[in-house]
Amino acid sequence: MSVGSCNNCDIEILDCLTPKFDIERFGMKLVGSIRHADVLLVTGIVTRKLLPRIKEVYDQAPKPIVVIAIGTCACTGGMFKDCYTFKGPLDQVIPVNAYVPGCPPKPEAMLAGVVKLLNK
Amino acid sequence: MGKEIFYFLIFPGLLFSGIVGGFLSWFDRKITARVQFRQGPPLLQPLYDFIKLLTKETLIPKNGSQFTFLIAPVLALFGAVISAVFILLPLFGIKTGFVGDLIVIIYLLNIPSLSFMIGALASGNPLAAVGASREMKLILSYEVPFLLVLISIILKSGMSIKLSEIIAFQAANGAFIGNISGVIGFIVALMCIQAKLGLVPFDMAEGEGEICDGITIEFSGTTYALVNLAKYIMLFVLPALVVGLFFAGMNFEGINILWSVLKVVLVVLLVTLVRNTNPRVRIDQAMRFFWIWMNLLAIVSIILAIFGL
Repeated sequence: MSVGSCNNCDIEILDCLTPKFDIERFGMKLVGSIRHADVLLVTGIVTRKLLPRIKEVYDQAPKPIVVIAIGTCACTGGMFKDCYTFKGPLDQVIPVNAYVPGCPPKPEAMLAGVVKLLNK
Repeated sequence: MGKEIFYFLIFPGLLFSGIVGGFLSWFDRKITARVQFRQGPPLLQPLYDFIKLLTKETLIPKNGSQFTFLIAPVLALFGAVISAVFILLPLFGIKTGFVGDLIVIIYLLNIPSLSFMIGALASGNPLAAVGASREMKLILSYEVPFLLVLISIILKSGMSIKLSEIIAFQAANGAFIGNISGVIGFIVALMCIQAKLGLVPFDMAEGEGEICDGITIEFSGTTYALVNLAKYIMLFVLPALVVGLFFAGMNFEGINILWSVLKVVLVVLLVTLVRNTNPRVRIDQAMRFFWIWMNLLAIVSIILAIFGL
């Protein structure tokens, strides 16, 4: 879910589904509805308009769910930390299980983060 | 009484169809991945998915009818298991006292699709209502060509509507796929199965990304696990029905076991390849396709069957 990102991280997430960095090897696939999902990937700083919406989406997901913050913006706010619409890094809004820093993180870094969570 | 429970729950019923359906669903995902130059999921992936879904919490939407929403996946699973039993018992050559015939099978095969629709409409989500309305239109479209193909099969097998007699006729006189009307009928039946299973090019009811998994959007946890299990069983049952109608069923003596298994896998392979090479069509294009072209082909198949070709 993109809560105010520049969409670069979203493009890199879609790269994970392509044949070069195939994520279906680990048995993961893209689902259309939050109610079928086990992993919620969040990109972007949490803007003022999207703050109630990310909370709503998190409430709609059936627990147990894993939240991964993708990109520097989601982890700490990055260079937009002093912006007027910045409403806190992601872990002050919803509980986060893993952080994948990078601007944007390479698909290998995202896969490494996911595999670390799987092995835990 | 004990034998009937065994048939419904274990042997060609819930357990057996569930396991074989899970294997065929893995096969479908693996072939899809290989065609796209990827690796695919590991073999037990459908089992892992099912067990994982059982351990997640089930969320019930506030705005719908809650009892109907919860009972719909159970009805779908029930319909899938019952049609599995009535299709697989004649296919495996098990003689029972039931004089079931094709009409009962057609009725029972409609129960899963209708239950998904009822569940989607009971959830109170507008995207699910869009998916359910598309599913309704799709059911109206693919039922008629399928029935016409069944008429051509009945004409060719000497006016018998029991599945066991159709298979026995083919064992004596050669499989129905051998003649021209059989080939045309098989093509129409394949397209109707593709629509019934909700696979591309006819998956506009469960449109991933467009209406966010429309018809199954509100199911989560155990209800979604039952929905998936019903889909796995349908992926096994419908190709098995096509094998029984066109490819002379299954035969379990010696080397014919391998040949029977390969026949079902071949039909699933054709379904997967059609799924991978086509885009999704709109609902009006699908209705035009089924009402005009598939009906024409089915009528041609009936005329050729009357002439004995």
